[in-house]
Amino acid sequence: TFHKYLDPSGFGKSLPEQGLLLLVVLVLLEGSVLPLGAASSPDVSHQDDSHNHKVADHGVNATKKVFPVLDVDYHHIQTPFEISLWVLLASLMKLGFHLIPRLSSIVPESCLLIVVGLLVGGLIKLAGEQVPPVLDSRLFFLCLLPPIILDAGYFLPIRPFMENVGTILMFAVVGTVWNAFFVGGLLYAVCQIQPANPSSLHSIELLHCLLFGSIISAVDPVAVLAVFEEIHINELLHILVFGESLLNDAVTVVLYHLFVEYAGVGTVTVMDGFLGVISFLVVALGGVLVGAIYGILAAFTSRFTSHTRVIEPLFVFVYSYMAYLSAEMFHLSGIMALIACGAVMRPYVEANISHKSHTTIKYFLKMWSSVSETLIFIFLGVATVDGPHSWNWTFVTVTVILCLVARVIGVVGLTYIINKFRIVKLTTKDQFIVAYGGLRGAIAFSLGFLLDQNQFAHRKMFLTAIITVIFFTVFVQGMTIKPLVELLAVKKKQEAKRSINEEIHTQFLDHLLTGIEDICGHYGHHHWKDKLNRFNKKYVKKCLIAGERSKEPQLIAFYHKMEMKQAIELVESGGGVKLPSAVPSTVSMQNIQPKKPPPAKAAERALPQLPKGREEEIRKILRSNLQRTRQRLRSYNRHTLVADPYEDGFSDLLIKKQKMIELEKKMNNYLTVPAAPPDSPTMCRARLASDPQAYSMKPVSDSVPVIQVDLASPQSPDSVNVMDEFRRANQEEDQGLMMKPPQGSSGSNKPGEADTTRDQQRLMRCLSDPGPSADEDEDEPFLP
Amino acid sequence: MSDFSVEQIKNLHKRFEQLSGNEETISRENLENIPALANNPIRRQIIGAFFDKRNQHQNEVGSFEEIGFEQFLMVMSHFRPPTLKTTEEERETMRKEKLRFLFNMHDTDNDGTITLEEYRKAVEELLSKSGAIGQEAAKAIADAAMLEVASTNVPHMAPDDFYEGITFEHFEQILKGLEMESRMHIRFLDVDTTTMHCGRSTS
Repeated sequence: TFHKYLDPSGFGKSLPEQGLLLLVVLVLLEGSVLPLGAASSPDVSHQDDSHNHKVADHGVNATKKVFPVLDVDYHHIQTPFEISLWVLLASLMKLGFHLIPRLSSIVPESCLLIVVGLLVGGLIKLAGEQVPPVLDSRLFFLCLLPPIILDAGYFLPIRPFMENVGTILMFAVVGTVWNAFFVGGLLYAVCQIQPANPSSLHSIELLHCLLFGSIISAVDPVAVLAVFEEIHINELLHILVFGESLLNDAVTVVLYHLFVEYAGVGTVTVMDGFLGVISFLVVALGGVLVGAIYGILAAFTSRFTSHTRVIEPLFVFVYSYMAYLSAEMFHLSGIMALIACGAVMRPYVEANISHKSHTTIKYFLKMWSSVSETLIFIFLGVATVDGPHSWNWTFVTVTVILCLVARVIGVVGLTYIINKFRIVKLTTKDQFIVAYGGLRGAIAFSLGFLLDQNQFAHRKMFLTAIITVIFFTVFVQGMTIKPLVELLAVKKKQEAKRSINEEIHTQFLDHLLTGIEDICGHYGHHHWKDKLNRFNKKYVKKCLIAGERSKEPQLIAFYHKMEMKQAIELVESGGGVKLPSAVPSTVSMQNIQPKKPPPAKAAERALPQLPKGREEEIRKILRSNLQRTRQRLRSYNRHTLVADPYEDGFSDLLIKKQKMIELEKKMNNYLTVPAAPPDSPTMCRARLASDPQAYSMKPVSDSVPVIQVDLASPQSPDSVNVMDEFRRANQEEDQGLMMKPPQGSSGSNKPGEADTTRDQQRLMRCLSDPGPSADEDEDEPFLP
Repeated sequence: MSDFSVEQIKNLHKRFEQLSGNEETISRENLENIPALANNPIRRQIIGAFFDKRNQHQNEVGSFEEIGFEQFLMVMSHFRPPTLKTTEEERETMRKEKLRFLFNMHDTDNDGTITLEEYRKAVEELLSKSGAIGQEAAKAIADAAMLEVASTNVPHMAPDDFYEGITFEHFEQILKGLEMESRMHIRFLDVDTTTMHCGRSTS
């Protein structure tokens, strides 16, 4: 996860003490500034105001004062300053927690942040100031929640989600409704008992209880994300709980509005119930539709951004946010709109945008969602201190107990039904985790906050109960879920990288199962999935993806992505000693090529061999100037600098050669103008590292040209040319993206060199970024 | 085969009769005539699997010209899902069986290994519906995949060693992350479902 990338080891001794000190100082700082901010609001101090006015009033003929050389005008910048201060606090807190070594492994971050919020709220109250209404519902729903949901939706793993969508929907819809009615109903029943001692509880109406039930019953995506991210359970459970927390938004919205509406009236008829069901369908499907429309718009827009790469990420963010706002405008489910938008646009946008934009989107989303999450938990703490509270032992404890009981019964009951339809059944352990992972969070609080005090007399009590449930789930369940997962030996997330073999066989299996279904005449879900894929490939991709990429099959796209990743790893490891492979091995392409009989006579080889010394020299120079080398020598094979057309692996070399030709074309054809300086480093860098433009492969032609590097005779003018160019290149400074292959083994250490070759070849393959119109003839002379 | 329920066998039999035109046996043409299969890039291999003697688990090799209902059912049995009552050992056997089925699909010359040529062919077939782009990249992808298998299973090969081909053990090893026993199944063979449309569509 994003916030785990910090390395605390740079600080040296007394680290925990430093961390603690930092925390305390920060909290005090915040505590002291915020009351200042609160105090400066116009309601509280008028003197500051008039002072400001006086200072600003240059034109008026007032009494001439001493010209203020230094002036403090806090009011002017108050609001943005306070917002920045909160954000800074949140980020510094995050930093601080990870500096304290063992704290973050025992206590989940969400708990710590709530505690910080409590402290800050406490400090503000101690200072005697009014706590700012930080968890204002508008702020929460319009600013704090969308980044988190967008991050979740954009990076939603589609395959596991779709495979389990039935289960997820069952839990989200049926489970939430069950929870709401169970909790609401029983709470009402409990409040009605004790007829001998009439308490304030008796005045609660059924509908109010049901409303409360529906607020409290929804599993919260923010809390689930915060806690589950740290426990790394297997994909299935993660997607079940997380998917449920996302999809139950529609249910919550409908139930909430339904009960708020009718709580005023006092009765709900069957007709209203029926309308509620219709409303649910409208809210859910409408939200998804709105999201999908915006998603397609975004994908379509990204098709034309090849000339303005810089604002590509902006489109993704703005379209998604507008989807959310549009859905909220119609009282549809904004969360589902956001998820649908992100999930729909992603495959097309990613095929269109540059690599850098992709990275930007990823990191911006992670950053915003991280900050949002932190702020939400801190605000939760602050809002708790603020109140308003009305503690009622019965109500609160019964609520907590009922929530737990309802959740367990709901999960167990639903799993029993769901398992009849699932292939991979949910075991008891799974059920336990799903039940235990049903955390409540800030959404419930905000919904409660939205209630009108006049209409709902027990609002304060509700809020108190909601906060208690949230605290209970986040603290107790959040803290204990990690040891429980260890104790129960629940399957953890597979950390292994996805391999090309797995990808090949996943696709193979898809087609195989579709075929078997067709043979059985059974229109099962493979059949429909296949139909959807074909429709996607035939029509949708053509509209939404620019250029040649629209025809790229998924396997090839995966392959390129993998190559790119490997190349980046190689560069990041500094071309160092350790190769970026999961299992360091000495196997190279040579080991798997089918053996061919060695030539009977050395004389049979049509092409000349190089003397050893010359080969060494050339190899050294090539290695040190890898980037520029690719422009000059189009193929580099460890065995011979000459490509042997009779060798089996030649067609592979040909592909590499083609890629290099295309790359070279892109880098503005150094060969034809050897004296001209290359493009400026930034241009080179930009071209190399960006645009996944059309990857058009050239057909292997039958007339295989022989690549001759006739460097054998030192007298030949060609060879001199090449050497001169290399020497000149050596003297020029390093420019652009320099990828140095592993310098370690030189000379005759074959395995190391094999790796060098392999990695160089891999690098070459991935760096090739041909323009959309890569059309050149292969008969160009190799050297001018 | 005793794991099929009576109803499933009945439905499959109905389908068998549909495909064979009420004959006793099916030939390759019967399967090739299914229109829905036309879009499948690996249809030849799928059809081939039905007529492959190795999938009948009787230690024979070669292929049939025609198959009867028993053999049809035997091939179908490879696509049974595990149930809640399946033990760990049974799952293990199931996984091996399914992986063996896949292995046989790739290992066309039945020498017990998937050579580079065979793997290349398999990837080419997979990308056969993707035009020229597919064919070009197929070789590179197959080579990279083979390299990966070799690197994972035999990490320290001397430069002159030759990796003959993917053996069944290596095949198992690289695909163990996919959990074949839960993935490779057809829904309607699930004993508990009642949603079977076998026989409704025309062939």
